[in-house]
Amino acid sequence: MGFDFLQDKDRIFTNVYGFQHWGLKEAEARGDWDKTADIIKLGNDKIIEEVKASGLRGRGGAGFPTGLKWSFMPKESPKPSFLVINADESEPGSCKDREILRNDPHKLIEGALIAGFAMRARAAYIYIRGEYIMEAKVMEAAVKEAYDAGLIGKNAAKSGYDFDVFVHRGAGAYICGEETAMIESLEGKKGQPRLKPPFPAGAGLYGCPTTVNNVESIAVVPTIMRRGGSWFASFGRENNHGTKLFQVSGHVEKPAVFEEAMSIPFRDMIEKHCGGINGGWDNLLAVIPGGSSVPLVPAEQIMDAPMDFDGLSELKSGLGTAAVIVMDKSTDIVRAISRLSYFYKHESCGQCTPCREGTGWMWRVMERLRDGDATIEEIDTLHEVTKQVEGHTICALGDAAAWPIQGLIRHFRPELERRIRENAGAEPVMEAAE
Amino acid sequence: MPKVTVDGVELEVPQGATVLQAAELAGKEIPRFCYHERLSIAGNCRMCLVEVKPGPPKPQASCALPAADGQEIRTDSEMVKKAREGVMEFLLINHPLDCPICDQGGECDLQDQAMAYGKSGSRYDENKRAVTEKYMGPVVKTVMTRCIHCTRCVRFAEEVAGVEEIGAVGRGEGMEITSYLEGAVHSELSGNVVDLCPVGALTSKPYAFEARPWELTKTLGIDVMDGVGTNIRIDSRGREVLRALPRVNDDVNEEWATDKTRHAIDGLMKRRLDKPYIRRNGQLEAASWNEAFQAIADVKAGSSVAAIAGDLVDCETLYAAKKLLKSMKSDMLEGRQTGLSYDVSNLAAVNFNTTIAGIEEADVILLVSTNPRWEASLVNTRIRKAVRKGGAKIFGIGPEADQTYPVEWLGDDMGLLSSLPNSVKDALEQAKKPAIILGGGALSVEGAHGAALKLAKEFKLVRDDWNGFNVLHIGASRTGGLMLGYAFDGGIKAIAAKKPKLLFALGADEMDYAPFEKSFKVYIGHHGDAGAHAADVILPAAAYTEKNGTYVNLEGRVQQSNKAIFAPGDAREDWSILRALSDVIGKKLPFDSFAELRAKMAKDHPELASEGLVSFDWAPPSGLPDKPKGQGVHPIKDFYLTNSIARASATMQRCSAELLHADDEVLEAAE
Repeated sequence: MGFDFLQDKDRIFTNVYGFQHWGLKEAEARGDWDKTADIIKLGNDKIIEEVKASGLRGRGGAGFPTGLKWSFMPKESPKPSFLVINADESEPGSCKDREILRNDPHKLIEGALIAGFAMRARAAYIYIRGEYIMEAKVMEAAVKEAYDAGLIGKNAAKSGYDFDVFVHRGAGAYICGEETAMIESLEGKKGQPRLKPPFPAGAGLYGCPTTVNNVESIAVVPTIMRRGGSWFASFGRENNHGTKLFQVSGHVEKPAVFEEAMSIPFRDMIEKHCGGINGGWDNLLAVIPGGSSVPLVPAEQIMDAPMDFDGLSELKSGLGTAAVIVMDKSTDIVRAISRLSYFYKHESCGQCTPCREGTGWMWRVMERLRDGDATIEEIDTLHEVTKQVEGHTICALGDAAAWPIQGLIRHFRPELERRIRENAGAEPVMEAAE
Repeated sequence: MPKVTVDGVELEVPQGATVLQAAELAGKEIPRFCYHERLSIAGNCRMCLVEVKPGPPKPQASCALPAADGQEIRTDSEMVKKAREGVMEFLLINHPLDCPICDQGGECDLQDQAMAYGKSGSRYDENKRAVTEKYMGPVVKTVMTRCIHCTRCVRFAEEVAGVEEIGAVGRGEGMEITSYLEGAVHSELSGNVVDLCPVGALTSKPYAFEARPWELTKTLGIDVMDGVGTNIRIDSRGREVLRALPRVNDDVNEEWATDKTRHAIDGLMKRRLDKPYIRRNGQLEAASWNEAFQAIADVKAGSSVAAIAGDLVDCETLYAAKKLLKSMKSDMLEGRQTGLSYDVSNLAAVNFNTTIAGIEEADVILLVSTNPRWEASLVNTRIRKAVRKGGAKIFGIGPEADQTYPVEWLGDDMGLLSSLPNSVKDALEQAKKPAIILGGGALSVEGAHGAALKLAKEFKLVRDDWNGFNVLHIGASRTGGLMLGYAFDGGIKAIAAKKPKLLFALGADEMDYAPFEKSFKVYIGHHGDAGAHAADVILPAAAYTEKNGTYVNLEGRVQQSNKAIFAPGDAREDWSILRALSDVIGKKLPFDSFAELRAKMAKDHPELASEGLVSFDWAPPSGLPDKPKGQGVHPIKDFYLTNSIARASATMQRCSAELLHADDEVLEAAE
């Protein structure tokens, strides 16, 4: 194993397992809120420069460079600006933000202040997934602690900057994790994505300039500022820098959430942190490397692939939120993907046509493909339907619903055809006798 | 002005145009379902996808994308065609194949677009979605299984009608458009969602299963239900009007119509006067035209004759009656049938000078004893626009009424007109385009007209490029009547005092006939309403759909309406009745055809000769009493039952009962 694993001294999330209390005192002992005012005194541009230099890419799935995103916020605006922190972690497989929310909330609050200051925001809204009840309670308590200690509010952390943090709880809709739907939901409306343009940086929450960032993207900022962008950039391959919370679930010996350097090869990651694949590497069937909305990757392709944005996109998949779903050969792969299709059908907001109608259609065909109750041509029809949805919708949910099925057809078409043939009562393999 | 290329043709488009508008300017038709010029952009149907460079390598929704300099737009590429076919397929998989029993058939956007982008067969083998019906009120029929979720109705209700009573519940496939608690939509404009609906989900309830669009004769007409002069298309078959639909006229009704305009038409088939009647021994008995004319001639009224016109009368009828009275040497003409007697020495002082479209630009508006939502609903939508888009501030004197936008009500006392609170004065003072709107209720209060004119002077409501003084008339015939001299000094009261022997009531159904007990009353009109009940002789005439006519709306816009069908039974067009009568009386009118009549009227009143806005010179009378006393009132008590046609309409009765009187106590017979 030639990979340089992340050493304990370089971990950002030192309380990710909750071995210590989340409270302010313990957080300060871990290094949070240390001379925050000095960071703020560097000035807006310096902070954005540093984050750009760190190579941090958004941790919510799309991987957009965070510093660049912040720089889109207007320098002067007659309206107040806002930072919205996306804690609506609903992607099947993802469970990293909740560890931050419940075990390290002060990292997030401090990050909110620094990021908010950098983008000249007046306040931050933390939008927490409805099902995260305990996490929301911790977050609310932590925000209160921070207010009481003068770390946020008027003259936040004695920096001379006024900054508020509000905790808002969602009602359990996956689509509210889409940034503009989240803004709609925050405004009290039905969570439906908005058309872009205008982008939130121009007209977001209440029509004001807004940036929406993932919890992890914000929570790593204080440490980046303290240790320097170049430190953060020293991990991972070019263009895929930093450390990352990976979440491995499924058929591994020890499913886990852990922080690791980007670009770690899949095999090393599983061996070191998860105790290997159930039944050994020969038993690995496929992996969904970035949460349910990215296409699956078959075993032989993933095994030695680097776990980062570019490495996985070369495999026609993606890092997403680094929610790695491992499936061994006991998995009914068609059923697994069909279940994901049901999820997207259930969570489609219904606003725009291709997603509203397409997700239901795809799921129904998937259900029949499970038992092979279909014709071979229907596989092609299904593939075409996914293509008709992909790229034609307002938000990315349409894409997210299409990609898992495309991945399945790409890599497991023989399996689909086998089920159809068997269901039709033919010999398992029937070839012309000539 | 950005320069774009559409399918290889370069053109300049206005600043702020969308890609869809740019493509239309280039003559390319872009299919769309959710996009509508007069509503906000939703971008959810995804039918208008085009290919735009520079941009992401996927098709873009052209309705929502701003046209930018140097854009290369393709509407005919393979990618665009495939994308639209894909969307069409999705729209159709859950859309029922019930076109043969759908009222939208033949005028359905989905049907039309399916011809261009649909496939001949379906690849969808699953069950189709079914959605339970929703209730949206007495004029909107719903078949929600047909809904394609374009949300035009939702946006219309919220943005134009100002009632947030339509919305979507559920998500994904389960998303359903519904009204608030599945109740009726409380809007006088609810029928417009039927026109907006691109499919057959919302159709007209009274028109359900009546006809197919290709069976209908379409006639361009003018609506008479209020003073707005809504441009309508009268759809008729045989001798029956089946629909009245709005036509686009950006100066008047944009493309909306009130529910009364649309649905009072079933009243045209009810309670009609279809033969002459003579009152004998207190009873009205059917008679022949000759008997009726003779009975009138027998009165031998000499010059003791008066004519009072109702609200629905066209200018030609008014002119013919005026000519007849003139030949009898009388000038007792009155059109203000409810008894008003305001000063008409300057018509600009009793006109809606800002114009209907112009009121959108006002930044401060003072409503005086008026309920524009009922008196002129489509003027109210303009005021609502002024509030929504321009942030106009609205003050109101008189009884409070929900206008769908915030109004700061100052009180009921009309004395407020001459002692406005300072906040209102400041607002009027600072306004760039201040306006005042006097309702019919205000004109009935002595001194209100003068006080309002005084305000106009004080706050310079009339400027070089702005006239903010407005009187809101309710009757379709009012402005035309005033132009033709149907305003007797002192009003009806003064005429009654002269005790005319003969009284011509031209469709006058809202007036009080008691002071004319001794007069011989001739009712020339089309419905058996108040006028007919009081009449000694009834001469059955034509309703607005049954005659050509000129109408002048409340802003002074001359508009001509065409005859769609024939009047029922023995009923005749009004002018021909007056012409025939004049012969019997021995005062023969100088025209033998409608064309001759119109030519004569054009000669005497050139401003009525051609369509368009008449400009009245602003020279308000001075010395009017200007110390109003008393309470303001609203002249309309029931929006749906303001005239004889509406009162005869079963649909309007239902609307009134359900939307306005739903909470009234139900009277039950005592056992």
